[in-house]
This record gives sequence, structure tokens and C-alpha cells, in this order.
Amino acid sequence: MSVEAIKNGNAPLASNSDKKAQAARAAERAARKPSKLQERLLYLVSPIGLLLVWQLLLMAGFGDRRFIPAPSDIAVRYYEELFHGMLLTHIGATVYRAFTGYLLGAIPAIAMGLLMAMFRPVRIFFDPLIAAIFPIPKVALMPLLLLALGFGDASKIALVAIAVFFPVIVNTYAGASNIEKIYWDVAKNYGASQWVMFRRIVFFGALPMIFAGLRIALAISFIVLVASEFVASKTGLGYLIWSSWELLQVDVMFVGIVTIGFIGLIASALMQELQRWAIPWKAN
Amino acid sequence: MSVVAPSERHPDGRPLSTERRGASVDIVNVSKVYGDGASQVVALDNINLSIAPGEFVCLVGPSGCGKSTLLRILAGLDYQTGGDINVDAQGWEVENAMVFQESGLFPWMDVETNVRFGLDTRGVPRSEAKQRVDDALKLVGLTRFRHHYPHQLSGGMRQRGAIARAFVTSPGMLLMDEPFAALDAQNRTILQAELVRIWEQTGKTVIYVTHSIEEALLLGTRTVIMTAQPGRIKTIIDVPFERPRDVVLLSASPEFGKMRLEIWRVLEEEVNRARAEMER
Repeated sequence: MSVEAIKNGNAPLASNSDKKAQAARAAERAARKPSKLQERLLYLVSPIGLLLVWQLLLMAGFGDRRFIPAPSDIAVRYYEELFHGMLLTHIGATVYRAFTGYLLGAIPAIAMGLLMAMFRPVRIFFDPLIAAIFPIPKVALMPLLLLALGFGDASKIALVAIAVFFPVIVNTYAGASNIEKIYWDVAKNYGASQWVMFRRIVFFGALPMIFAGLRIALAISFIVLVASEFVASKTGLGYLIWSSWELLQVDVMFVGIVTIGFIGLIASALMQELQRWAIPWKAN
Repeated sequence: MSVVAPSERHPDGRPLSTERRGASVDIVNVSKVYGDGASQVVALDNINLSIAPGEFVCLVGPSGCGKSTLLRILAGLDYQTGGDINVDAQGWEVENAMVFQESGLFPWMDVETNVRFGLDTRGVPRSEAKQRVDDALKLVGLTRFRHHYPHQLSGGMRQRGAIARAFVTSPGMLLMDEPFAALDAQNRTILQAELVRIWEQTGKTVIYVTHSIEEALLLGTRTVIMTAQPGRIKTIIDVPFERPRDVVLLSASPEFGKMRLEIWRVLEEEVNRARAEMER
């Protein structure tokens, strides 16, 4: 308790010892709660720990390093593939296909999902189609697409687009049709045309669910793309993994797997940022 | 042109008072029936009501008396199955604007965009819209919060935003569906006083649905008491309290208490009848 405060008459009615006890309790609380930095460090303990145990076990002679490379072996191989190998080409091919296919699938899915929610005939027309095609595992369409579009990028892009389309349209439709009735009433009472309704009410009202669909679609797009690159491509990370299996280069296989992991991580972080930017009205 | 438009202001910036009155409404034999055959429900049974320009009419009644249905029909959100409604809103940009119970501000628009909504839909030019939104926000005291999203505002502030959104469109009448029902008592009193002030300044016709006799007497010039099953008008009571009205003072006055009691007697009879019917 400062003398200044007492002089100013601001001294609370607490004795000195009370104050001390209070301060001690506060400090204790602070000590129990880990700081931000500590939490972040803790976050890294499990992955680093895993790599460390993996490395130590192999160095101690458990397992054959030709079949199970140590993290250090993978790191060395990674460096070589990145700067002296074809890794960047493969990354470029995969990212290009994923990105293009994703956009080609997601944009029409959003537009059609909103139209389905707004117009009954559109819904009746598309509902059975979606119900029939949605459950088909989309990789099953790969041979068909190869037949139609050949071995180039087009067949892979088309597969990603189809796989992305369904979760996005279903979520968009669900989001748009669950917009609270009051918002339709307000829009109608205030003279909104169908176009205004579509652009300013239905789209934004559905946006949280649209993003839920986009996140699911992101994961699916990598699954189908890598699977299709296994069998029907001469570039891409899927091809890299599959060809290294055929040549029994286990360390290169890991290079491919780790890279896909990184790309997925970056993509979902970007998606999160996009969502935060697009839906500022949802706190967090 | 709206009374909140700059050209129609006193030199001291206060909007011109009651020189122009709001819309007039003629409700003739209006009925609303849901379903048909044996499962038919009569929500409104032969409603007749004439509302003069600039009146503040409160519809009171138990739930299920059709007061909200009548309001929704007036708002163009529902249709009567019989009868006619004639609204004369000549000289006003739009016939009506509604203020909903839970504000209905779009969560994805900030306050300013929400208030501008009814102007955007009608193609009001940007610069004019901006001026009018500024005036409306000033009218309800939300200027500082214009860039906030609804979730960042209290319930009372959201309702102010909804009122601004209605006023900005320059409607002949304001339709209000229990707009303050979800607010706490203090905020309700403050907003009631504000609404009375704004109404006295602008002279718009207001039709206000509430289940509270007290609120109806505090705010309105007439109170329409409705009964349930079927929804009918039981009586219409002229509310004699002077203007300008101080809602806080008024609610503490003996005349107010006396009148409230009288109306409660009328309504009590009705509520008991409805209950007896249900238990039969």
C-alpha cells in the first residue's frame, strides 16, 4: 500500500497483512497458470519427443535403417531432393492440381447450394442427383476420367473438383436453408429483391456452414489427388511416394509424406485466416 | 421525403415536429383462417379498425389472440383470408417498416450497413443514403457504434439499431412487434421514453403489439384489447394522458394505476373465460 494512496484518501479498508496475503495468493495463481510461451513449448514436446525416440532407437540398433530411415536420414534426403532433385516440380504439380480442382469444385457448389435453398424447383431437380452421387467414393471415378480426359492434369483436376463439389454443396444448402426466418422477414419487409436476398442474406447467412464444407473438402481433395497420382501420373507428390515404393527408396517415401503433411498444414492455416477475414461477425 | 432529412429540419437541427402525419389505415372485416375443415383455426375474426394519421395504437391481448398475425398482414409478410386493408401512405417513401421482437439486425452487417439496408434495396443514391443513415443513427444515439457488429452490442442497443433501420426508410407507419419484450426493465423504460420522444418529433403512425397493458397505456394514444380463439377486438380504449409524455412520471401517477386496473378487469374476464374453455 503506497503512502501516496493513503494521503489521497484512496486507501482501501484492508490491513497490511491482508494485502500481503492477497498478493501472495495472486502470485500463486499466476505461477500455476503456464505462460503463453510455456504453452507453446509444451505444444512442441510430443512431436519432437517422438522424433527423438525414433532417432535414438534406430541409433541403438533397433530396426534396419535401410527399411526404417532415421529422422536424420530423412532430413539429409529431404535437402537433396529439394535442391538437387525434383521435389519442387512434384510440389508444383500437386499444388496446381489441388488448387485448380478445388476452385472448380467449390465455386459452383456454393452457387448451386444457395440456389437450391432459395428456389424449390432447383432443389427438387438436384436433390436426387446429389443423393445418388454423393455416396460414391470419388476415386472410383478415376478410370472413367482417365478415359475421358487422358493422363494429363485435366483428369486429376476433374477428380478433385468432383470430390470437393459434394461436401461443399451439401453444407452450403444446409447452411442457407437453416437461416433464421426472421432474416427472411426483415429482408422482405425492407423491399429486398431476389438478387439482394441471394447476395446479402442467403450467402452471408450460409457462410459459416460454407466454411465447414470447405474445410472438409480440403482434406478430401488431398486424399483423392494423392491416390490418383499413385496410379495415373508421372509428376506430383503421390507419384513421388509411389515410385519410391517401387524402387524401395523408403527415405524418399518419407520425403513425400512429410511434404504433403506440410502442405496440408499450410492450407488449413490459410483456410482459417480466410474464414476469420470472411466471417468477422463470429467472435473467434 | 423523410422528416429526418436535412432539408426538413428546424434551424437548431431538431427534426420538424408533427407537421406531416403518418399513414392512415383502414382495416375492414379482416379475417385470417389457418387450415380447413375440422382442423380450421380462426386466428382473426372480422377485425375492424380505423387508424388516423399519426396515431400510436397499441394492440394488447393474450398470446394467440392474433395481434402479431394482424401486424404481419399489415407488414406484407402474411395475407388475410378475408376482408380488406387500405393504407394511405401518400407522400411517404414506403408504406411501412417493421421492428421485430429480437431486433433482426443481420449479424453479418455492421450497424451502419444494417441501417442502410432498406435504402440500398430501394436504390437510394450513396451520398443521400449516407446522410440519412447519419441522421437516423443520431436519432437513436448509435453514432459511436456505427461500425460495431450486432453481437458486440447490448440488447438495448440492438433494438435502437432496429428502430433506426425502420426510421431511415421514411415509412408512413411503423409496425412494432413486442420490440422491447426481451430487454431488462431498466433498458425497456429508457427505450420506451426514447420511442415516445421520437414519435412525438416525427408524427408517424405507429402500430405496436404488446402483451403488457402497462406498456400500451404508457406509449399509445389508443389501446386495442383483443381476445383469443377466435382473435377478435374486445374493446378500444382512448388513452387520455397528455403530451409530451414522461413515461416514468406517468407510470407513477394514480390516474395511470386506476386505468391499468380497469383494463386488467376487462382482460381478466377474458383470460378466465379462455381458461375455463380450455379446461372444459
